[in-house]
Amino acid sequence: MSDTSFDVIIIGSGPGGYVTAIRSAQLGFKTAIVEKSHLGGICLNWGCIPTKALLRSAEIYHYLQHADVYGLKADNVTFDPAAVVKRSRGVSKRLADGVGFLMKKNKVSVIWGAATLEGQGKITVAAAKTEAPKGTLGPGSYQAKHIIVATGARPRVLPGLEPDGKLVWTYFEAMVPEKMPKSLLVVGSGAIGIEFASFYRTMGADVTVVEVLPQILPVEDAEIAAFARKQLEKQGLKIFTGAKVTKLDKQADSVTATIDDGKGGTQTLTVDRVISAVGVVGNVENLGLEKLGVKTDRGCIVIDGLGKTNVPGLYAIGDVAGPPMLAHKAEHEGVVCIEAIKGLHPHPLDKAKIPGCTYCTPQIASVGLTEAKAKEQGLDIRVGKFPFAGNGKAIALGEDQGLIKVIFDKKTGQLLGAHMVGAEVTELIQGYVVAMTLETTEDELMHTVFPHPTLSEMMKEAVLDAYGRVLNM
Amino acid sequence: MPINILMPALSPTMEKGNLAKWLKKEGDTVKSGDIIAEIETDKATMEYEAVDEGTIARILVPAGTADVAVNAPIAVLAVEGEVVTAVADAAVKPSSKPAGEAKPAAAPAAAGQGAALAPAPVPSPSAPPAAAAPRSNGDGRQFASPLARRLAKEAGIDVGRIEGSGPHGRVVARDVEAAQQGKGLRPAGAAAASAGKAAPAPSAAPMPALAPSDEAVKALYPEGSYDFVPHDQMRRIIAQRLVVAKQTIPHFYLTVTCTIDGLLAAREAVNAAAPKDKDGKPAWKLSVNDFVIKALAMGLKTVPDANVTWTEAGMLKHKAADVAVAVAIPGGLITPVVRNADAKSLSAISAEMKDFATRARARRLKPEEYQGGATAVSNLGMYGIEEFAAVINPPHATILAVGTAAQVPVVQNGKIEIATQMKITLSTDHRAVDGALGAEFLGAVKRFIENPVMMVV
Repeated sequence: MSDTSFDVIIIGSGPGGYVTAIRSAQLGFKTAIVEKSHLGGICLNWGCIPTKALLRSAEIYHYLQHADVYGLKADNVTFDPAAVVKRSRGVSKRLADGVGFLMKKNKVSVIWGAATLEGQGKITVAAAKTEAPKGTLGPGSYQAKHIIVATGARPRVLPGLEPDGKLVWTYFEAMVPEKMPKSLLVVGSGAIGIEFASFYRTMGADVTVVEVLPQILPVEDAEIAAFARKQLEKQGLKIFTGAKVTKLDKQADSVTATIDDGKGGTQTLTVDRVISAVGVVGNVENLGLEKLGVKTDRGCIVIDGLGKTNVPGLYAIGDVAGPPMLAHKAEHEGVVCIEAIKGLHPHPLDKAKIPGCTYCTPQIASVGLTEAKAKEQGLDIRVGKFPFAGNGKAIALGEDQGLIKVIFDKKTGQLLGAHMVGAEVTELIQGYVVAMTLETTEDELMHTVFPHPTLSEMMKEAVLDAYGRVLNM
Repeated sequence: MPINILMPALSPTMEKGNLAKWLKKEGDTVKSGDIIAEIETDKATMEYEAVDEGTIARILVPAGTADVAVNAPIAVLAVEGEVVTAVADAAVKPSSKPAGEAKPAAAPAAAGQGAALAPAPVPSPSAPPAAAAPRSNGDGRQFASPLARRLAKEAGIDVGRIEGSGPHGRVVARDVEAAQQGKGLRPAGAAAASAGKAAPAPSAAPMPALAPSDEAVKALYPEGSYDFVPHDQMRRIIAQRLVVAKQTIPHFYLTVTCTIDGLLAAREAVNAAAPKDKDGKPAWKLSVNDFVIKALAMGLKTVPDANVTWTEAGMLKHKAADVAVAVAIPGGLITPVVRNADAKSLSAISAEMKDFATRARARRLKPEEYQGGATAVSNLGMYGIEEFAAVINPPHATILAVGTAAQVPVVQNGKIEIATQMKITLSTDHRAVDGALGAEFLGAVKRFIENPVMMVV
């Protein structure tokens, strides 16, 4: 029967899965995508997108509170938590509906339910707990020449820090608070932890962040992370690094946490809510991977550079195929995978050129090697920096706190990494990513005209600084 | 008025050279006579002396740039009273200054050429001249990422030879890395041919058409079973010229045995008589090869018809007896020429050879020191080689291959005696020197070797 047999079936409709499905359809494959809870996956529904909506509310609230800085008056500024959350959910819904539309437009069949691999080229789909949207295929057996696993990831659970959905949250609960907690403990200072910490702090909560590693935002450049920490602390965030939450004592509507500060001291802290943001793990369970003998490593499916697993006809992309667990990495990996299946000979994704963005205030954005990593690799480097305080546009915006830092290979002039903290840097980083992908050297960057007045001028100044030619400092 | 420092011509025939190294950087002051850069041709590296005084405002051609045209501006000098940064900025613009005015430093020949050749416009520092213009493969432009160009330059690989794996065949960094492992590297082709121009060999020097492709050769060996070492300029030139020699020169070979007891005795006596300086170092220490060089030169004088060079139109009958001597150096060999070796004393030849050998190893010989000559000596006696036949080094007509000296029993006057003998083999260009003439020439050389006292008169 034609409705159960496809060229390509993709399991999971997150940003990796649905983009792969569209590309697959574009390449002429008869394509189906399996989803068990919501089109668009975590990213659109419980991750990237709704948090950006929340943070936008927080940002505007912050500006209103500081309207006087701009010569404006805004008295009695308050907010309605339910409305803030409602807006965020609305944004997610609109985008998830958009994914449904895109599937239809590209003639991708949506199979509603939970998929299990039955053997090579075969899956069984069981009924989902969620209601099937209109026009989707139901439970049953399906076949495809190529099956791509794109099941994503979920919050990591640490013993003693198990989320309960009420007092101890994951991002799911943190996204839809019924009321704003007055005090909050965030465990983990990666992008997720810091974004929620920043959001709740701006909305008025007392927020404490505990990070087990010596710096917040552990994947970022140490100097950038230190800069961000200072700014966050200025806003009233309390941060413990090199520290651990050893115990949570739950009361009726509060939690008392015991924190080992890493210096031999222990303190207790009572907060309304705890957010556990200690990372994510791949969704490799209940898929039948064991039955097919699919190789996994630390909770992720092992793939080659083109998404192939050790089982012929079975592929994996995105979070479930290993770090960095980022939507844009998943999308690109998916496109590479399906193009390889088509025989287009794409190049494997270059993991050294995947940018990362954190949307706290100030924003963080980076790509490539940190200064420490470059030194660790024994590279001879040149480092250039430029502060927001030297940029006209930044000062006009009232955003003069920030830093752009670039790292070049001294010998070849290759741009090895770029790191930014400050207003709007998440929109700036792409300039450097393009430069890295096109393999430009410092020469081309120095001879690129940047428009004035923009924040982007700092990107050029940082490059000039690396070669002792900075102008506005 | 700022002064353009131009790429010097190291020899009258030089058209291009490599800018090996800058010894001054931007902002350094330069006095007349300072060594500012090292310029490299296929076989020699030469120091470039400044003629003018001033401050280096901008270096236009970075170190390591290959194939810089003679008279192309390579740096800009701000003279006294000029603002260095202003000069540096102005240097970005194409120079309209005639080359002749800018006093090329090295060879006087360059001045004459400079007047005729307009300076190559300098696009901008972002696109280093020459290096940024990779050779195309016939269809115009070669697309390569800036980083790939830089890496290729450092690796000494012509970017035009690298197969690009980027969009539309663009050469990207990973292709250069692969090329260094020998993957995706096209045969030298046009690149090598143009590099060979410095040599006075026939200009068209194609690699043999029937030679299997690099890929085909590599397919014979399991991947990983070898290390791939890309050719440097010297290796290319050697390969090219010897292929030309073996393919275009009809070689024949003549071998004779020389008894050198007389030569050895003379050498011992002469060396023993060498005056010593206050450190006890003798003024000379002649080698057997010094005797052979002189004998070969005197052979040319004795049989002047063998002192020739073949050209299509006619024979060059040389007046001087110039003998080239093959000197092994790391990565190859070079053949400096002992001029008028017939007229020089053995101690003078010996001293000259020591100097040549030292400078050859440092690749510091000037082109005029290793070009020309009518014959050459290649001596592998020190390695115990009994006899061998050398490949003629064009434009020579002959080359003498010298084997080892060994004591052997010989029959003399009906008795077995012990003699020290050495075999010498003359490779001869039959177009220029026929069999009988070659035999006559080799006979003369043998006589001088066996009776070194004849070289004194």
